[in-house]
Amino acid sequence: MAWGFADMDDITFLEPFERLLKDLSSPRQVRAIEAGEDGHALWSGIAESGFLDALMPEASGGAGLALRDVGLLVEALGRYLTPFPVAETMVARALLAQEGMAMPDGAILLAAMSGDVARNVPLALVARHALIDTGSAIVLQEIDRDALPRPSVHGGLAADIRLADPILTLPRPLQGLRAMQAVLDAAKMAGVAARLLEMTVAYANERVQFGKPIGKQQAIQQQLAIMAEKTVMMRMAARIGTGCAEWPSLAAAATAKSVTSAAAVDVAAIAHAVHGAIGISEEHDLQLYTRRLQEWRVANGSEGYWQRQLGDIRLAHDASSSAAFARAIPPTA
Amino acid sequence: MFDKFTLRALPDEDEAMRGPLRALIAARIANLPADRRARSWLGFDRDLSLALGRAGYLGLTLPRRYGGQEKSAYARFVVAEELLSVGAPVAAHWIADRQSAQLILHFGTEAQREAYLPGICRGEIYFCIGMSEPGSGSDLASVRTRAERSGDGWRLNGQKIWTTFAQHDDYMIALVRTSGGAADRQQGLSQFIIDLKAPGVTVRPIVDLTGDAHFAEVFFEDVALPAEALIGQEGAGWAQVTAELAFERSGPERIFSSIVLLDTWIAHVREVRAKDVAATALIGRLCAELATLRAMSLAVTAQLVEGESPVIEASLVKDLGTGFEQSIPALIADDLGSHPDETVSPELARTLAFVTQIAPSYSLRGGTREILRGIIARGLGLR
Ligand SMILES: Cc1cc2nc3c(=O)[nH]c(=O)nc-3n(C[C@H](O)[C@H](O)[C@H](O)COP(=O)(O)OP(=O)(O)OC[C@H]3O[C@@H](n4cnc5c(N)ncnc54)[C@H](O)[C@@H]3O)c2cc1C
Repeated sequence: MAWGFADMDDITFLEPFERLLKDLSSPRQVRAIEAGEDGHALWSGIAESGFLDALMPEASGGAGLALRDVGLLVEALGRYLTPFPVAETMVARALLAQEGMAMPDGAILLAAMSGDVARNVPLALVARHALIDTGSAIVLQEIDRDALPRPSVHGGLAADIRLADPILTLPRPLQGLRAMQAVLDAAKMAGVAARLLEMTVAYANERVQFGKPIGKQQAIQQQLAIMAEKTVMMRMAARIGTGCAEWPSLAAAATAKSVTSAAAVDVAAIAHAVHGAIGISEEHDLQLYTRRLQEWRVANGSEGYWQRQLGDIRLAHDASSSAAFARAIPPTA
Repeated sequence: MFDKFTLRALPDEDEAMRGPLRALIAARIANLPADRRARSWLGFDRDLSLALGRAGYLGLTLPRRYGGQEKSAYARFVVAEELLSVGAPVAAHWIADRQSAQLILHFGTEAQREAYLPGICRGEIYFCIGMSEPGSGSDLASVRTRAERSGDGWRLNGQKIWTTFAQHDDYMIALVRTSGGAADRQQGLSQFIIDLKAPGVTVRPIVDLTGDAHFAEVFFEDVALPAEALIGQEGAGWAQVTAELAFERSGPERIFSSIVLLDTWIAHVREVRAKDVAATALIGRLCAELATLRAMSLAVTAQLVEGESPVIEASLVKDLGTGFEQSIPALIADDLGSHPDETVSPELARTLAFVTQIAPSYSLRGGTREILRGIIARGLGLR
């Protein structure tokens, strides 16, 4: 079944998308895929829904949506821990369709590399193809799952991707794949953080010590207030990235990724602190969320990388006022 | 629960104000060095306030019949942003324009509106905030200054403290007890408009750690207040002061306090070591945070425009914003300190020194960090 996006606003199609993820991307199903199951039900559910073609031009059979229309979907992919590069595949299919290329089956990763390896690419183990930005062109290559190294983190699905024989070559979008991927990571991290905040507040209201819920302790309340602040900041930063109509500007991507990456560390730390020992167990779902924050924080450039990018842009900018500079970063409607 | 934080854009008509406003401000601050501009809403300049009033940049959201512009909170956002981002000395009119006028408009009688609002819009009459007392800081409901009925009016006794620019202002809007005692807490409090020139009022400026004197202590000894000094309902002071604090906390002023320092330092980096990686990353970090906080502040303004009272959202932005403002001098001090042999202009050195000293106040004035986080925790359903 495919939804007709064209006459829906982003909120209307968010709901069926979230329902789909709720049904097929539950923590239990996510764990199974992380343990090596192929996740056929989830992937085919997503593929059949038509969402993978959301960004493809209508002329090629897509929904012709812009990045800013799907930002909330990407946040939902984070929130539901979806262990497939769904947003990446949406972008890749749109790029391929624009050039009139044949569409490969399965999940497609995005990766950027200046040498011949992209380090620790999230979800590499579940993707069939990778669209790689070499700095001068975009190439599509197959991923040989069996040849990939084992992930360095327990439960992880990331791996180094090496440049291989290209299936085809595309022109490079102006800002490159890294800016786009950084924005997608930022939105997914914002989605994870929002879910973590809910879980952590609920736990604080539930867990009793000293005869009352720990959430009644002022020290815990202050920590959760900080967590809420950082979570909202991540969401706002992510939307500065996903709010772009087409390809994110470098400055918007740098803002989105540097702010979300930096805040992700604090959000993960507070979530763990409030959960106590139970959150350190494999069995508790907390680790599924915090592991992703840690992974995506460094993927495609951590805060340090993107802060340097934005600093370079600021120094090259002739305006003497940081207020005017900052004002021009978010996309305008 | 924080659904209101979405990307917003300013209406074109409000954006269009920037050009002419910028020209007006530039002419007024041309001779102010960065360390003076760093004082921003602690800088008192009557002439600037009068000029802004004449040009129609004050009382932007007030009805025309009181001299206002009948524009939205977006217009005030633009004007505040232009003034604060260059460190214009806005203190004279700032509090009257930001919160006293709103209070008078919402809770005042027609006579009170006519008496005060036109002067506020012209940039002629200035207000201060009489909340804190020596024994009442965060615990504002414990105020002990007291007004008792006397004839048709009231007799006021007590003391306020930390009152920003009471020494230059015309009026104070004070929260005082009108019935009951400390145990009654939020009950029995009322607000009054107090003429600071009235007999029995003594204002003593307090010198701050930088050597400036912006705040003051204010003593009331048998001050005779006319009946019309009461603003709003007798006994409704707590609800009114809560509404006033929402105006105080929700503006864009909570992100720009260190911006003059930031720009002065960026100019320095550009000149002496534009290729420095650590400094470049720091510039990027601060600009990314600024862009994000500004987008958040704009989302709070959108709530004001839509007639909501964004108490929790404003607390969240204020706490993050003041944290950002406070991080700037600490980070810049480390950057400059990491290059001990570099020449630093006296202007940058003075600006950094001033902001470093005053920055702790950013998360005190308008409600402390811990109090704001308590409000957020309540919003999260924890209290
Ligand atoms: C530059 C400046 C300008 C000011 N201008 C004005 C003005 O114009 N008008 C005016 O009325 N006031 C003004 N103030 C005063 C300001 O509102 C108070 O400083 C503020 O409300 C805190 O009160 P306090 O300083 O007495 O600190 P306290 O309330 O004594 O707090 C001291 C510390 O204890 C913490 N604390 C207190 N209660 C709690 C609690 N329940 N839980 C956890 N922690 C708590 C506080 O967060 C803080 O860290 C100004 C202050 C400054 C610094």
